[in-house]
Amino acid sequence: MTAVLEIDGLSKAFDLHHLGNRIAAFSKISFAVDAGEFVLLKGANGAGKSTLLRTLYRSYLPQAGQIRFQSSHGEIDLARAAEVDIAYLRRSEIGFVTQFLTARPRVSAEAIVAEPLRLAGVAADDALEQARHALDIFGVKPDLWPAYPTTFSGGEQQKVNLARALILPQRLLLLDEPTASLDAKARAALVARLAELKSQGTAMIGVFHHPDDVEHLIDRIVDLTPDHYNEEDRADVAV
Amino acid sequence: MTLALEAPRFVKTLPLLRVDHVSKTYGDVQALRDVSAYAYPGEVLGIVGESGSGKSTLLRMMNLEETPDQGSYSLNLPETEGNLFDLDRFARRMLCATKIGIVYQNPHLGLLMKHSSSGNVAERLLVAGERSFATLRAKATTALEASEFPLERLDAPPIELSGGMQQRVQLAKAIALEPALLLLDEPTTGLDVSVQALVLDTLKRLQQDRQITMVIVSHDLGVIRTLADRVMVMRRGQVVETGLADQIFQDPQHAYTQQLVHAKL
Repeated sequence: MTAVLEIDGLSKAFDLHHLGNRIAAFSKISFAVDAGEFVLLKGANGAGKSTLLRTLYRSYLPQAGQIRFQSSHGEIDLARAAEVDIAYLRRSEIGFVTQFLTARPRVSAEAIVAEPLRLAGVAADDALEQARHALDIFGVKPDLWPAYPTTFSGGEQQKVNLARALILPQRLLLLDEPTASLDAKARAALVARLAELKSQGTAMIGVFHHPDDVEHLIDRIVDLTPDHYNEEDRADVAV
Repeated sequence: MTLALEAPRFVKTLPLLRVDHVSKTYGDVQALRDVSAYAYPGEVLGIVGESGSGKSTLLRMMNLEETPDQGSYSLNLPETEGNLFDLDRFARRMLCATKIGIVYQNPHLGLLMKHSSSGNVAERLLVAGERSFATLRAKATTALEASEFPLERLDAPPIELSGGMQQRVQLAKAIALEPALLLLDEPTTGLDVSVQALVLDTLKRLQQDRQITMVIVSHDLGVIRTLADRVMVMRRGQVVETGLADQIFQDPQHAYTQQLVHAKL
């Protein structure tokens, strides 16, 4: 197996200038993720699980360490990569999945889902067809496809969001509690889609409030609890 | 402290726009101090800062309306070379007419308020040398349509239009010649919130359909968050921080940016 991602001595803290202090989120984290591997992040609230995901996506800037990512163009350290390279990788190789949809006024559900494909150069008709298929799989009714998700319920928006976030196979997928508040059908669709992407070689790092949702996908668990930070093989752990 | 970033390695295209080490003083006031900025093709650069931060001065320089005391400006376009601040008046006017579009907060700066809306857009085409009446009318109509201006009001002068419609006429004029660069100076400030959302939505669509490089200046973080890929924060004529938009909003580094982000409703 080849490591898609090698995290090496990664540290993140927040400097709050108005309070004049620094809050440490995590420090000196090191672990690697192989292609097709699913790593679950564990730790109490505040252990830095979501913060780590956001640091890997570079929404947060780390203070120290390396995030060596094997992209299709070669290795790059995400902790130091130029902003324009990060923006490019987010369009093509690194996905971030949350439970929240950023709906835009006057953009239909199917157009929102098709957008990542369009940005990756897929023809409009083809992208739309794939988008409708994805919406169908997540249980969004066909009469909602051309409608604007700004007016959808939270649950329906979440399905649109997942369909969009997972439509383009990516090399690395960061999952921040995507199952929270999903209905059973959509949760099953999500797990099936993740299994499919995993078998195609997507490396995944996830935070799940209820890890049993994705239990059979988990290969390894990384515990971020301070003083207790370690890696465990899936086989040794009862989730 | 955070880590120093590397030069781009995967993206090989050069920035469309580069401003390097620009400084400008008005009497005792230093409006800009050693400011540098860039924008890649198709990228939206947002510039935020309070009144007097120098953000609008910088935008006017990008539109070649002002010349700095020091510094250079270049656009990576065919037949456009060297420091654009060195161009003579005629060359500047031609470059602005054909390659750069601008939308001002105040429509009086960008429009002839008593001429027809389509005439305002056509004027831009006339400057660039278009002479056929039929072509002028057709191109002006296309641009107004792309700006989602109601076509039954083509001949209405801007003075009779609402603020949101006036901004659409400015936008149509700005994009009529399919510029490589679109500059937006507080384009939605002063509009009703609902109208503001519609104008922002139009801008977003235009950007996605045409991949225009944009620089948008606003004191409104919501506007910047909606449109920008990358954000530059200015204060007292200097750049205090730049970063990817989500990073600036979620993990602002500078004390001033933290204050700005936390003050947002």
